Amino acid sequence: MNQKINIAPAVFEYMEKVTGTDGIEVKVNLPKEKIEKINGICDGFGNEPGELINVLHEVQHAFGYIPAEVQDVVAHNLHLPVAQVYGVVTFYTFFSMIPKGEHPVSVCTGTACYVRGAERVLEEFRKELNVEVGETTPDGKFSINCLRCVGACGLAPVVLVGEKVYGRVSPDGVKAIIGEYKK
Amino acid sequence: MSRYKMHLLVCGGTGCHSSESNLVYEMLRDEVERKGLKGDVQVIRTGCFGFCEKGPILKILPDNTFYTQVKPVDAKEIIDEHIIKGRRVYRLLYTDPETEEHVPDSKHMGFYKKQLRIALRNCGSIDPENIDESIARDAYQALGKVLTGYTPRETIDLVKRSGLRGRGGAGFPTGLKWEIAARNDAAQKYVVCNADEGDPGAFMDRSILEGDPHSILEAMAICGYCIGATKGLIYIRAEYPLAIKRLKIAIAQAQEYGLLGDHIFGTGFSFDITLRYGAGAFVCGEETALIHSMEGKRGEPSNKPPFPAQSGYLGKPTNVNNVETLANIPAIILKGAEWFSSIGTERSKGTKVFALAGKINNVGLIEVPMGITLREIIYEIGGGIKNGKKFKAVQTGGPSGGCLTEKHLDTPIDYESLTAAGSMMGSGGMIVLDEDDCMVSVAKFYLGFIVEESCGKCAPCRIGNKRLHETLGRITEGKGMQEDIEKLRNLGSVVKDTSLCGLGQTSPNPVLSTLDNFMDEYMEHVHDKKCRSGQCRNLLYYVISEEDCIGCMACKRVCPTHAISGEKKEVHVINQDICIKCGACMEKCQFDAISLKNDYPREVAAISNY
Repeated sequence: MNQKINIAPAVFEYMEKVTGTDGIEVKVNLPKEKIEKINGICDGFGNEPGELINVLHEVQHAFGYIPAEVQDVVAHNLHLPVAQVYGVVTFYTFFSMIPKGEHPVSVCTGTACYVRGAERVLEEFRKELNVEVGETTPDGKFSINCLRCVGACGLAPVVLVGEKVYGRVSPDGVKAIIGEYKK
Repeated sequence: MSRYKMHLLVCGGTGCHSSESNLVYEMLRDEVERKGLKGDVQVIRTGCFGFCEKGPILKILPDNTFYTQVKPVDAKEIIDEHIIKGRRVYRLLYTDPETEEHVPDSKHMGFYKKQLRIALRNCGSIDPENIDESIARDAYQALGKVLTGYTPRETIDLVKRSGLRGRGGAGFPTGLKWEIAARNDAAQKYVVCNADEGDPGAFMDRSILEGDPHSILEAMAICGYCIGATKGLIYIRAEYPLAIKRLKIAIAQAQEYGLLGDHIFGTGFSFDITLRYGAGAFVCGEETALIHSMEGKRGEPSNKPPFPAQSGYLGKPTNVNNVETLANIPAIILKGAEWFSSIGTERSKGTKVFALAGKINNVGLIEVPMGITLREIIYEIGGGIKNGKKFKAVQTGGPSGGCLTEKHLDTPIDYESLTAAGSMMGSGGMIVLDEDDCMVSVAKFYLGFIVEESCGKCAPCRIGNKRLHETLGRITEGKGMQEDIEKLRNLGSVVKDTSLCGLGQTSPNPVLSTLDNFMDEYMEHVHDKKCRSGQCRNLLYYVISEEDCIGCMACKRVCPTHAISGEKKEVHVINQDICIKCGACMEKCQFDAISLKNDYPREVAAISNY
C-alpha cells in the first residue's frame, strides 16, 4: 500500500491513565470519556485480538478516524503491540488517520468510471477544492477520496458526497455539486 | 404470494438505489394506500434486475410489464393508468433501439433473450428482506434434501458430477475442493464465503448478496454438512453497506426459523454464520490473504502449501468459496448434476454472471451459459457500442485479466478459451472499450491500480509492477523508446513467474495482452509520438488553423512561454518545442482557430523554429 501517512495533531487535552485487563497502566493523551468509549467497543468484541479489524471499524465509526492515541488504547485492550495495530490501520485503505471533511467527496475510479472519464472529474474536484486526494480542506468542509467501484456502473462516472450518489458526472458539473454543500 | 392480485417489484439494487428507486418505492406504496388498493396490490423492493443502464426498474406481475427509468413523479400515473385502468404507460416502456417499438415485457427484450439465470434466479423477483418469499421460491429446500436424504459423500459426488468450477477467477472444481476439506479429520473446520469483490467494474457478488442472501446462507450450510464444519464466515467488503444490512437481516431470520443454528431440520447437524468485514484491500480476495484479514491481521498472502483446506482460519481446515459459486449450489442439488452439466461447454459447465460496463449501450448484470460468444454478449445482449462507435476491445478479468479483440468475437467463452486468448475469466467484469480508448493508457490504469493495491510482501510484485507502471507512464508521455517495449515484455514475464500470490502472478496481464494485441498503438506512441485516440494529453498538440486565424495577437500575448509567433493580421504559429500545453491560447482565441490535434505537426514546427 502506497499510502502517505499523515499523523493528525493531537486534538485531545487531557492525560488519562488506562488500566488494561492485565493490570498494567499506560498514559494516553485522551479525555476520559473517549477512552471509555473505546474500552466499551473493545469489550463488545471480548477484547479478542482476532477482532482487531471489527474493533477498528467501530472505532472509526465513532470518531470518524483513528488517530495514534486511539490506536494506543485499542492495542492495550486487545493485548497487541501498537505497531501491529498501526500496521493494520495503514494497510487497509478504509481506515484513515486524518479526519475526513464534513462532506467527504469520493470519486469512483473503477474501470467503468475510468473509461467514461472519471479522471477528468477527479482533476476538476482537485482544482475546485484545491486539495489532493486523501486530504481535507483547511476549513474541514470537504475531503477527496478515490474509491473502487460502487457498482453503479450504469451511472458512470459516479461521485459520492457523503452517502448521496451523483451519476453521469461531467467535469462541468463539478462546480454545481460542490455548490450544493457550500451554503 | 397469491393473496395479492398484482405485484409491483421495484429494483432495490445499488445501481437503481443510486437513482432514487427508494423514493419510487415509497411513492408507489403511498399511492396504493391512497387509492385503497392495499389488499390487492403489493409493492416490494427486490434485488437487482441486471438492466442497470435504464434504472430504476419497475416490474409488474402478473403481466410482466417492464418499466424503465421510472421517476418518483411517475408513481401516480402508473397506479392510475396501469393498475386501475389496465392500460400500460407506454412512455416508460423499454424502446427497442432497432425497431423503435415499445417492448412490453422483459421476455421480449434483447437484453434478456439470451440470458439464463441460475445464480441470479431470485434477483429481481423476491423481497430479499423477507425469508418467506425466499422459501416460497424453494430456499432451504436443497438443504433439507441433503440433510435428510444424502450423506456428505453423496453430496460432494453430486457437486463433482455437476462440473461446477470456482467462479471467483481461477476455476478450481468446487466438488474437489470440498472433498479435500472433507478428507481432513480435524475437529473444527470452517466454511468461508469470499465476498470481497474488489475487481473494479465487477458487482455480481454484491448483487447476489443484495438480491438473494438466503441462497448463500443455504449453500454455506450445505458445504458445512459436506466437509464437517459447524461454523461459517462471510468475509464482505465494508464498502457494501446494503449487502451487509440484508445479510444481517437474512441471518437473523434464518436463525429465527431454525434454518441456521442447532439441529437444523431436526437432524444432528448444527451450523451458524457470522460476518467479517474487509477494509478496502484488493489483495484480500486472495484466499490466504483473506484468512489473515479475518484473523485481524494485515491482509498479506502466504505461500501455498499449506492450502487453506489443510491449515486456514486459526490454523484449522478452511474451505473458501466465492459468492457466485455458492449461489449455484442449491439449484444444482434441487435440479440435479446432469441438468447443470448439460449447460455450457465440455470443460466449463453451467452459466457465468458478467458485469457488463464501459462503452456499451446496455450496462448491467447478465448471466449467460458458458460457451456463448463475445459477439452475442456485446451486440445482442449489450445492444452494441455506445453512440455507434467502433468496437475496440473487451477487458475481462479486471486488473488480472487481459483484452479480447475483434478476432476473439466469435470464440465461445469458457475458462480455457479465455486463458488461451491471453485473458482470464476472473470474477466476471467485462469492460467494453471503443475506438476512443487508448490501450496503453488502459494498461497503465490497471498497473496503477496494482501498484496501489500490491501488499508489498514480495519484491517482484512490489517493485516490478512499479517499474512497469513508470515505463508505461513514459510511453504515454511521449518519452518512450523502443527498448521500453522489450523491457515491458521481459519484466512482465518475470513478475508473472516469480510473484508469491495470484495477484502478482496475474498483474502484468493487462500489459502483456495489450502488447500482443495492440503493438501498433505502442509503436505509434513510441515512434510517432502519437496517440490515435487522443487520450494521452502529452501527445496532443495545439495547432492554429491558417484559415481561421485573423492575427489578432490575443494568443501570443497570453502565452506564458512565448511559444507563439506571428505579426499582426498574419497567421500565428505555435512552436511545439516550447509549448507547455497549458491551453491558455485556446481559451483566449475568440475565433475558434486553435484546436487540439493528435498528429505531431512536423512541418509547422519545423518552420516555426526559424
